[in-house]
Amino acid sequence: MAGVLSDTQQAQGADGATAPGGVPSGSGSRGDTPAPCRRRGRPGRPGRRGRPGRSGRGLSRMRRNDLFWAAVFILPTLLGLVVFYLWPVVRTLLISFTETGPFGGSEFVGLANYRELFGDARLWETMLNTLKFTVVALLGIPVALVIAALLSTEGLRGVRIYRVLYFLPVVTMPAAVGLIWRTLYNGDVGVINALLGLVGIEGTNWLSNPATALYAIAGVGIWLGLGTQIVIFLAAIQGVPKDLYEAAALDGAGRIRQFWSITLPQISPSVFFISVLAVIGALQTFDLIFVMTGPTNPAYPQTETIVAQFYQRGFVENQQGYAAAIALVILVVIVAVTALQFRLQKKWVHYV
Amino acid sequence: MRRTSTLAATAVLTPLLVLGLAACGQSTGGATADAQPENGPVTISYGIWDKNQVPAMQKIADEFHTANPDVTVKIQVTPFKQYFTTLQTAAAGGGAPDVFWMNGPNVKLYAANQQLLPLDQTISRAKLDLGNYPEALVDLYTYEGKTYGIPKDFDTVGVWYNKALFDAKKLAYPKDDWTWADFQSAARALTDKTKGVYGAAAPVEDQAGFYDTIPSAGGQVIDAAGTKSGFDSPEALKGIEFWTSLVKDGASPTVQQMTDTSPGDLFKAGKVAMYWNGSWAAVEYNGVPELKDAVNVAPVPAGPKGQVSVIHGLGNVIYARTKHQDAAQKFVGFLGGERAAQIQAEAGAVIPAYEGTQEAWVTSMPQFNLKAYVDEVATAVPYPASKNTKAWTTLQTDILTKVWNGEVDAATGLKDLATQMNAALAKEK
Repeated sequence: MAGVLSDTQQAQGADGATAPGGVPSGSGSRGDTPAPCRRRGRPGRPGRRGRPGRSGRGLSRMRRNDLFWAAVFILPTLLGLVVFYLWPVVRTLLISFTETGPFGGSEFVGLANYRELFGDARLWETMLNTLKFTVVALLGIPVALVIAALLSTEGLRGVRIYRVLYFLPVVTMPAAVGLIWRTLYNGDVGVINALLGLVGIEGTNWLSNPATALYAIAGVGIWLGLGTQIVIFLAAIQGVPKDLYEAAALDGAGRIRQFWSITLPQISPSVFFISVLAVIGALQTFDLIFVMTGPTNPAYPQTETIVAQFYQRGFVENQQGYAAAIALVILVVIVAVTALQFRLQKKWVHYV
Repeated sequence: MRRTSTLAATAVLTPLLVLGLAACGQSTGGATADAQPENGPVTISYGIWDKNQVPAMQKIADEFHTANPDVTVKIQVTPFKQYFTTLQTAAAGGGAPDVFWMNGPNVKLYAANQQLLPLDQTISRAKLDLGNYPEALVDLYTYEGKTYGIPKDFDTVGVWYNKALFDAKKLAYPKDDWTWADFQSAARALTDKTKGVYGAAAPVEDQAGFYDTIPSAGGQVIDAAGTKSGFDSPEALKGIEFWTSLVKDGASPTVQQMTDTSPGDLFKAGKVAMYWNGSWAAVEYNGVPELKDAVNVAPVPAGPKGQVSVIHGLGNVIYARTKHQDAAQKFVGFLGGERAAQIQAEAGAVIPAYEGTQEAWVTSMPQFNLKAYVDEVATAVPYPASKNTKAWTTLQTDILTKVWNGEVDAATGLKDLATQMNAALAKEK
């Protein structure tokens, strides 16, 4: 006993705060020890207080072990995070205050990039385009919801096949998807115009007409994202307790009423989750623009997103400092919009 | 609420992906010392982008190895779409290939940023005579009086035409000495709205387009020093209206149509009768059985200042920070020689830059009038380039697309383009 507690006794002795005899309130109830009496030289170790009834020393060794292993397991992720996310953000911030050459070598220019950026009409144009993309992208969510609700109809045959079909675009490369849709949208030989022609409607050059290009591309974006959204909604709908529907049915609620009054509120956290992802995804639209339009497209000014502009400046025109400033503006916008979404969700998301 | 906190993390971290892109490529360097002969065998890397040319390049590398058993050349192919992005990152990080292909729009950027080795020593050691290559190409690879690249091959521009469409309108095929007026009237005569056939394709295209017609009209895209735009001259306006009038008159598909279906594809499908294209197109048309005997090529028509094609060609360059300068110099010397040019000519993919070796290319596809391309060298102008060419070619595409589309009239558009281009050039310093 004395051996076990010896160093504590010494410590306490030095404090002079313990009762003579050195033994506090008995082995194992270390938790009662008042704070000043704890071992010196290791201040602030967490969790020593308030855990009565366990052997302090054995625990401390175990906890130290735990912490060590926790650190070992977290380290790779943390390292990845720091090296590939945090450090680049810091670098980007630094680069945005410089004029950086194509092969490095930078000159500090203060806020010049930002001044130029905010005075550049192109920023606001691409921002507006991006905003339009985002609004259209959100229209995909109700579509996914309805499809998911239909797919979860009791006794529907071939649900798996539908699920695979809807999910297929998700596992296809956006670049390939973009190329296929380009041929579908072709003004002269495209399938879409051929079909429209059958019902007497004359189509347009969907992707090169400034009035339609953005919506044509956003439509493909929706189609691409539908799969993930449906799968998540399906899982959420399956998690809704069946008895709620039974009770509603007894009260005379039809399927549509059930959807609005039970399904939707019950799965609102998923809807929120999807809407956050959809908005972030849409604000970062790049690959479809890159593949489906391009600077030689007459509709490019109406479709160029802010990330496309970032790429153009940074990687085509070699203005890395300016591009870094754009990247930071994108970051701020995304964080702001996401924060706004989190604020608004309190009004409509129900956590059960 | 757990889900929300994970979400918050996702929300914050996802945008960072974008930022990650911005943070690559720093540090510079590139001191050049005299080449020290190395002891023992070395392997040098040779960066190229065209996989069609790998057999010829490999053959050159093998023959070089036979002559220099100590040096092995390893060919690295990067598709063109990523070539310059990859190269730039690699060069910034000190790891670019020892020897690599360079092109006109990029050479001054690399030279000005000390990424390339000046080649005086290479030239003197291999006893290369720069007079053996087209002058316009040597100029293209010269920066501030120093040679940074040895011309490897070249391409000029010609007018490809569909013989059947000419026959259908009982029109004579283009002659070697035809003029702008001949071209314009043929384009209108060949247009057949009922069949969906256009006489010519007038896309917003630089190399096989207004880079040829502007000098043919007596203007220039950029001055020789690469510091001032030439787009605001009356000659440049003529060179641009050459094309826009075709679109306006319906003798060419609209920009929108050519965005949806490339003019090259329209030509191959027999919907366009005349299509300006570089000499690289010969191999492609030769490889399509339906086209092989259906199409032929004529030189560019003569404008007010005669027949002028833009000439562009690749150059072989040495990375400034190569660890094997001696071996790299030997290899580039070999690449610049007659033997390497012959190997390329026999392979047929490109016109070798070395004077006198082009004949093999001309005869490799006898059904085409390929001599037209080679003869144009005499009057050709160098490909317009400056230190940061991409900065103003972007403006060029942006503004000229609006001009083609009729959103802006040509004179106003060109004036605006010249102003903005001059501003971009001023930034290059």
